[in-house]
Amino acid sequence: MSAFYALLFTVAFLVLVIGLAKKIIQYSRVPAPLKIPVTPAPLTKGGVAVRLAKEAILFAALFRSNKWTWLFGWMFHMSLFVVLIIHLRYFIKDVPTWLVLLQPIGKYAAFTMIIGLLGLLTRRMFVARVKYISSPSDYLWLLLLIVIGLTGATMRFISHTDIISVKEFALGILRFDWQALPMDVPLLVHLFLVATLMILLPFSKLLHIPGLFFAPSRNQVDNPREQRHIAPWAAELDAEKNKIQPK
Amino acid sequence: MADFETPKFREYPVVPQIKPDAMAGDGPFVSRAEFDTDLGYPGELPENWKEKTLDKMQDLLGRYRSLQVFMDSCIKCGACTDKCHYFIGTNDPKNMPVARQDLMRKVYRRYFTFAGKYFPGLVGAVDLTEDVLKEWYNYYHQCSECRRCSVFCPMGIDTAEVTMAAREMLAHVGYAQKYSNQIIQKVYKIGNNLGLPGPALKGILEDLEEEVEEDTGVPVKYHMDKEGVEALLMTPSADFFAEPHIDGLIGYGKVLHELGITWTVSSKASEAANFGLFIGSYDNMQRISMRIREAAIELKVKRIIFGECGHAWRVAYSFLNTLAGPFDFLDQNYPIPQHILEVTYGALQEGKLRLNKEENDHLTMTFHDSCNVARASRMGNKPGGQFDIPRAVIQAACNNYVDMDSDTIKDATFCCGGGGGILTDDLMELRVKGALPRMEALRQVTEESGVTNIAAICAICKSQFTKTLPYYGFEMDAIMSVHQLVSEAIVMTGSEQEKELDGVEDEEGTKEPEE
Ligand code: SF4
Ligand code: SF4
Repeated sequence: MSAFYALLFTVAFLVLVIGLAKKIIQYSRVPAPLKIPVTPAPLTKGGVAVRLAKEAILFAALFRSNKWTWLFGWMFHMSLFVVLIIHLRYFIKDVPTWLVLLQPIGKYAAFTMIIGLLGLLTRRMFVARVKYISSPSDYLWLLLLIVIGLTGATMRFISHTDIISVKEFALGILRFDWQALPMDVPLLVHLFLVATLMILLPFSKLLHIPGLFFAPSRNQVDNPREQRHIAPWAAELDAEKNKIQPK
Repeated sequence: MADFETPKFREYPVVPQIKPDAMAGDGPFVSRAEFDTDLGYPGELPENWKEKTLDKMQDLLGRYRSLQVFMDSCIKCGACTDKCHYFIGTNDPKNMPVARQDLMRKVYRRYFTFAGKYFPGLVGAVDLTEDVLKEWYNYYHQCSECRRCSVFCPMGIDTAEVTMAAREMLAHVGYAQKYSNQIIQKVYKIGNNLGLPGPALKGILEDLEEEVEEDTGVPVKYHMDKEGVEALLMTPSADFFAEPHIDGLIGYGKVLHELGITWTVSSKASEAANFGLFIGSYDNMQRISMRIREAAIELKVKRIIFGECGHAWRVAYSFLNTLAGPFDFLDQNYPIPQHILEVTYGALQEGKLRLNKEENDHLTMTFHDSCNVARASRMGNKPGGQFDIPRAVIQAACNNYVDMDSDTIKDATFCCGGGGGILTDDLMELRVKGALPRMEALRQVTEESGVTNIAAICAICKSQFTKTLPYYGFEMDAIMSVHQLVSEAIVMTGSEQEKELDGVEDEEGTKEPEE
């Protein structure tokens, strides 16, 4: 069983990294032939970085758009982020002080994450417009994340797991020196679902993570008059045009 | 009036209910082969339409990063679902931006993603059938490519990009829209959207010169094909005869005359509009844009100035340099191209124009931000200049100005309901219903602040409002051009208006001394 999990995580990690890398390469290879930033847009690259940061960190557009979705969505993502950082302690041999100090916050992050997810699920089930656009997979993602959160919280607050061995197990995978995993049901469920999530991410709407940064509507600088923008395939059409020049 | 009900004004605020299939149908008139072939399309459904559609999809996915990223990145958060004027006006859930994208995304998933190939039910992927194509045709012609949804989408997904790609794919299998293609063909054959030939245009411009001279005593010129002038004016052909567009053209002429900028229109490129944008065709958009380059070279001008037209300004501001540039043969001291409002605003800043606001005292104005200007271009050198400059010019020409509700202006502006190739009589029901949110905002300021008129800087908006205002109980001439206000207020040097204001001067130019 421990071997299965070790293998599962090795595969999951590879799928995640290779899958995402492939997508990112694909996104960066496809040209953006025209300047299409949604205006008002920044006039400099620095401005674009700020614009993207506001979207990635604060969900600025969503805030303008719908306060409830923003509240639950932001709560979920920020909590998930904190939770991920806290999990780093399983992969670092000598845990740095800041990470130790962060641990108590993690307790609450698990709760806010679950509340955020439940809020999103409720909205998906009961707001007719959102229900209309939802596929089975949209509900399954939420459920998957909720169960991951719940099993995690269970181990923390109800039936404690031997986290020392979990850490040995995690470090073991990194060193290709597989260690035994404690056979607790919540832990097994938790880890299995996390691996599932990692494997599916590059094939699902979870691609919104790289997608956010590749949207030409948000990542382009507004300077079409000052700087000529030309994509490779459009440049080929240019040859024809260059015949028309003033005498 | 047609056989549909004008939507009622809603009690504010309400969450729109969904009414599935409220706007199901066949869509606008399908184009005919005679229009299509000129534009490089087959004009009929080929036998291998399914393959061809998918090939085109693959082609576009490889050409446009926007399309590829947007097909993947939607999280179905629903934030956009109540942002589209066509959904608000029709309640058809397929007019919710995400649902509109999904019509294509479902097919994308089926043929281009792992999940859709093996688990179609789970991720909502569907096979491409003729019914799917028909549904695309219908609903991708219920989008005005206004980009309002993208402002509110956390992923920045621009449904306009998806609509354009869909129309391009449809055109490649004989499902092009008649309205847009017929117009593009007229541009190629005659030079403008309206099919107005050179001699007729010349006649109109001469009449304008006469009329303006009669009104003001100043010989303002409205040249056509005049070589060696300073600027080429690109303006939508509706400016040559439709109301209130033509009053705007009169205004541009007066402003340019007063500033001493000589200018001409071109009979060959007598159209600023570029419907290549609407049908999502880079090739046609470029071919239409090239006319401008050719005309500028032939007429040996130094500047290109654009008149009041929304999507034309998007293509000009954002794409012209790419499509028809580089313009190293023009005077680099001016923006290339420049908007007439940038010219007027700049002159006002420098105190070069005299406006008598009292001429417009009978009006209380508001301003409709046109979507393509607001969300796809800029004016001046600051982000948001596209909002401030028109307002500054209106306020310089008129004492009474009130903005509409802040959720309906600037980058949150609602489309007039007729943009993006929708301005055709066979889509009248959609146009009227899609105008609802704008009409509600207008009603609010008329009731609360006594607004009498609404100004716009887009030929499509102006035509659309002229038609739809009456459905909502407003006067059709409540819509005005921004340069119409300028035209009314301007006091040109040596004009009758100047004499009236300053008193009569004698031959030597000195006033009679008081006794
Ligand atoms: S707002 Fe954007 S991400 Fe959310 S459902 Fe609409 S298109 Fe998808
Ligand atoms: S681009 Fe405009 S018309 Fe099209 S879906 Fe978005 S909001 Fe609606």
